[in-house]
Amino acid sequence: MYTRVTADPIDANTVLAHVGTADDGAVLTFLGTVRRQNDGLPVRGLRYDAYTAMAERTLASIAGEANQRFHPSRIAVVHRTGELGIGEVSVAIAVSTPHRVDAFDAVRYIIEELKQRLPVWKKEHYVTGEERWLEGAMPPASEVSGD
Amino acid sequence: MRIRLLLFATYRDLAGTGEVELDLPAGATAADAVDRLRSSGNGASRLPARPVLAVNQNYAGPDTVLEEGDEVALLPPVAGG
Repeated sequence: MYTRVTADPIDANTVLAHVGTADDGAVLTFLGTVRRQNDGLPVRGLRYDAYTAMAERTLASIAGEANQRFHPSRIAVVHRTGELGIGEVSVAIAVSTPHRVDAFDAVRYIIEELKQRLPVWKKEHYVTGEERWLEGAMPPASEVSGD
Repeated sequence: MRIRLLLFATYRDLAGTGEVELDLPAGATAADAVDRLRSSGNGASRLPARPVLAVNQNYAGPDTVLEEGDEVALLPPVAGG
């Protein structure tokens, strides 16, 4: 498993290079990207702040859970921090599996869990010059007891 | 005992700082650390009384008993992805 939180731009091919073995019949990549509007407001860009040390641990936990549930051959997950422009990649998930169904399930699991649990916050910069932190998700109660 | 409090995003903006050192009595809990911070005045009093917490980088409940050198983080609702 390859999991990272990084301030550097994410290159999809570099993430993809961490997955895929001779036993795999499927390689699936998900990229989250910055879109130019949110709730009808034109967005100029955004900033991701992270509790980096905890986010790295949380990413590793989520990838480990996906590993146990779906038995992929390889998992790679990278989340970006810092200032991002429109179209830039905020998160990349790559999974390789012998059969495609497990790849879709594993990628879906990772992105949904990450959105609920990863200690990362997003501030949108609008074309008007205003900015605001986005409303986030409360981590589920089951997580509140620890690892 | 000394502990380190970390604040992020909206909570950091409210408190006006991302990191605070506190001196707490032995046996203090994570909730005690939050109470102490909120009573320190300025914007910190506007922090929620029971935020989501992490102790040493794991999600933790308010009753978690702290130890010397622990890192307690106050986490606003998360928005990764």
